[in-house]
Amino acid sequence: MTLEPMTILMAEDDPDDRALARDALHECGPAFELRTVCDGEELLEYLRHEGRYASPAEAPYPTVVLLDMNMPRMDGREVLAEMKADEALRRIPIVVLSTSQATEDVIRSYDLGASGYIGKPNTFVGLVNVFYALEQWLAVVTQAPPWLTNMRSVTDGLAPSSEFARLPRGPLAGAQK
Amino acid sequence: MNLEPLIILLAEDDPDDRDLAIEALAESGTNHQLQTVADGEELLEYLRREKRYAPPAYAPHPALVLLDMNMPRMNGREALTIMKADPALRRIPVVVLSTSRSAGDVVSSYDLGANAYIGKPVTFPELVNVLGTLGAHWLKTVVLAPH
Repeated sequence: MTLEPMTILMAEDDPDDRALARDALHECGPAFELRTVCDGEELLEYLRHEGRYASPAEAPYPTVVLLDMNMPRMDGREVLAEMKADEALRRIPIVVLSTSQATEDVIRSYDLGASGYIGKPNTFVGLVNVFYALEQWLAVVTQAPPWLTNMRSVTDGLAPSSEFARLPRGPLAGAQK
Repeated sequence: MNLEPLIILLAEDDPDDRDLAIEALAESGTNHQLQTVADGEELLEYLRREKRYAPPAYAPHPALVLLDMNMPRMNGREALTIMKADPALRRIPVVVLSTSRSAGDVVSSYDLGANAYIGKPVTFPELVNVLGTLGAHWLKTVVLAPH
């Protein structure tokens, strides 16, 4: 459990919804810092430190991405698929926050690798409750540390590195002696 | 909102830990039902309704899987990989519950598609808190994919 505020990165095209989220999170105290982007393309720019997000200070590593489904340029489904196909981004939990309660949207989100799917509340109090519940949940969950940017060598455990694999072994290596 | 009690499927090889989880879940005040399997192979048999889990009544569809990492026959990492590669199973949320706090285990679990990773609590009250929070999250906060 970390004492630093958790960064929630919200991808939401509606400025009113972004402002509402900011106010609702404020109600929950200092546990969260909110960052917002307007669509899937900007979300990827943020996560990949491109364009105006080149400076790490402008794009702190998110504890969780809250993802709206319907956005211009690149919608939630597309960006979800793209993030989960990207080795550097797939470990970031994505919670879909959508007004849609359609079964197919819920199923497709989980199939694409969403960590959770939350129906977007239509009242301010409802939104505060969602953020409060999310805070409780994230407090018991262990996040993947952001400082491990390339985990291949660690996740493979004791698998030989490519250099080690190139070393001569077996009967041929012995014969050279 | 669905307020039926959830079925949580726990894959855990240690019988003491299984009993502890059942007690802690009851203590947390939720009325979720805990089903248990002893390793990754049995987990897949349950989910695919094979062998002794062929009758549907023996293997009610779980809302989520709680997965221990270190198990005999098939460990958590292998079972997670197979579940997330199977279109029929991948939409079932998997929460890893492991004693390991190593960054490598956490990252590889997320990379394999775990929905969340929870360090296994060492005390009973902590376990009650974790299972209570887990139940509230998946029952109240989140919408689950129907089966």
